[in-house]
Amino acid sequence: MTVTAHVIALAAKLLSGFTVRWIDCYPDTCQRVYFANHTSHLDPVVLWSSMPNDVRRVTRPVAAKDYWSQGRIRPFIARSFNALLIDRMEIKVHQSPVDLMIREIGDVYSLIVFPEGGRSSGDEMGEFKSGLYYLAKKRPDLELVPVYMENLNRILPRGEVFPVPLLSSITFGPPIWLEAGEAKTAFLQRARGAVRALKDL
Amino acid sequence: MASLLAVLPSDPLPPQWLNLRTYWLLAVVLVALAITWLVGFLLERRHGANVDTALLRRLNHRVKAWWLMAAILVLGFLLQRPGTVLLFGLVSFWALREFVTMTPTRRGDHRALFWTFMIITPLQYLLIGLGSNAPRWLTKGQETDLYSLYSIMIPVYATLFVPARIAFSGDAKRFLERTAKILAALLICVYSLSFAPALLNLRLTTSNGQPWSGSPVSVLFFLVLIAQLADVLQFAWTRLAGKTPVAPAINASRTWEGLGGSLVTTALIGGALYWATPFQPWEAALMSMLVAAMAFAGGLTMSAIKRDRGVTDTGTLVVGHPGLLDRIDNVCFAAPVFYHLTRFFFTA
Repeated sequence: MTVTAHVIALAAKLLSGFTVRWIDCYPDTCQRVYFANHTSHLDPVVLWSSMPNDVRRVTRPVAAKDYWSQGRIRPFIARSFNALLIDRMEIKVHQSPVDLMIREIGDVYSLIVFPEGGRSSGDEMGEFKSGLYYLAKKRPDLELVPVYMENLNRILPRGEVFPVPLLSSITFGPPIWLEAGEAKTAFLQRARGAVRALKDL
Repeated sequence: MASLLAVLPSDPLPPQWLNLRTYWLLAVVLVALAITWLVGFLLERRHGANVDTALLRRLNHRVKAWWLMAAILVLGFLLQRPGTVLLFGLVSFWALREFVTMTPTRRGDHRALFWTFMIITPLQYLLIGLGSNAPRWLTKGQETDLYSLYSIMIPVYATLFVPARIAFSGDAKRFLERTAKILAALLICVYSLSFAPALLNLRLTTSNGQPWSGSPVSVLFFLVLIAQLADVLQFAWTRLAGKTPVAPAINASRTWEGLGGSLVTTALIGGALYWATPFQPWEAALMSMLVAAMAFAGGLTMSAIKRDRGVTDTGTLVVGHPGLLDRIDNVCFAAPVFYHLTRFFFTA
C-alpha cells in the first residue's frame, strides 16, 4: 500500500473515531464480500480504513463513479484506496456491474458493497438491490460478511460538505452464504436482516 | 517575557515555569500512583482470597487512566504553556465528541455542530493560549489580559449564535431541546474545562497581597489532583459507610456518607499539600473542600445525563468502556469555580 493509503486510513480513523467489533467473525484475507448499510459518502473509506492492514490490502470498496470521478481530489483518493468505480447511470446488459466486479476481483480481492444502491436518509435501511444475490450466485465460494456502520450519517449527512467529527462504531457479523435453491427476494431479505441484527448487538 | 515583567513593580521574583515545589508535588503524586498500582497488582496476583474482583478491576482501570493523565500533564508541562493549553484543548475536543455522540441531534444541527467543533472550541483555547500576549493590533499596544474575551466568548457569543444557526437551517422540531443539548455540551466540555489551563495565566499572590514566587503549574496540578482524589475518596467512603444515596434513581453509588467523608478527607489532604499553592493551610483545605463538592456535583450531573440516555459510560457507542468524559467530569465542574475564587482572592 502507498503512503497516501495509510494517511487516508489514519485520517478516516481520526475523523470518524470508530470502534471496531468483530462478532462471530475474524479478520481474514480470504475472498469475501462485505456488505453494509449506506448512509454517508464516508462509508466506503471508513469501512476500508477500519480493517487490519493485511485485510485492507486485498479489499476493494465498490463506489459510485459519478461521485468519485469528480474533480481532482476524489479520483486521487479513490485510486489510493483501490476503489472499484461503478457507473450507476449507464448500466449495459452484457457489461453488468456484477460481471465487472467478478472480473476485477479475480481470485485475490475482497469487495465492500452497499446493496441499498444509494445512501438511505432515514434511520431505516432501504431494500437491498439484487446485485448481492447475483454476486453470490455466480461466485458461491465468497463469504458474505454483514457489516453495520453506526453514526456515519451524523458525521457527514447527505448534502453536507463539512464533516463533524463525532464517534462511530463498525460491527462485523458472522458470514452468510446463498443457500441451495434460495429465492432472490428471500435471500435479500435475509441479508438485510443480518445487517439489521448487528445494530442491537 | 522579562521585559513584560519589568513593568510590574510588585514582582521581585519572576515566576518560574517549573520550580522545586512543582517537582515535589509531581514526586508525591508519582509515588502515590506507584503505590496504588503496586497494591492493585499484588491484589490481582493473589486472586480469589477475599478480593472483590469487580472492584479490583475498577481500581486497576482507574489507575491506568491516572497514569495516562499524569503522562499528559507532564508532557504538557515539558511543552511549556502553549503545549499545556493545546493538550487541554484536545481533551476538551474529545470530551465534546463523546458528549455529542451520546446525545441525539438532528440533520438541521449539522452546521451548528460544525461551528461548535471547528470554530468555537479552538477559538476558546486560542484566546486562553494567547493570555496576556495578545497581538498588538488587538490590544493597541496596551497590556491586556484576554480574560475579558475568553470568559464571555461562549456565554455571550456562542450561546446566541448556536440557536440562531439552528434556526437558519429551518428545522423547528424539538428546537429548544436540541439547542440546550449543544449548549450544555459546550458549557461542560469546553467552557468549564478551559479554566483549568487558564490558571496558568494568573499572576498569583498570597491572600494578604504578597506576590507568590511559585509556579502556576503546581496550582493546576493541585486542582486536577484534588478533583481526582475527591472522586476516589467519595467512592471509598461509600464502600465503607455508604447508606443513603443522594439520588437513588440516578446513581446508587453516590451517597451522602461518601460526600461527607470525601469533603473532610479531601480537605485534610489538600491542606497538607498547601506548600504547592499560594494558599495558607486552612485556605488550601477550604479550596479542596470546594473542589470535592464540585467534583461530586459534576459526577452526579453526568450520571443524570447518562441515565437519561440509557448508557453507563460516555466513551464509545459500545457498552462497558469508560470514556474520557467519565474521568474528567469532576475537573470540568471544579475548574471554573476554583479558577474564579483563586482569581478573586489570590491575584493582585
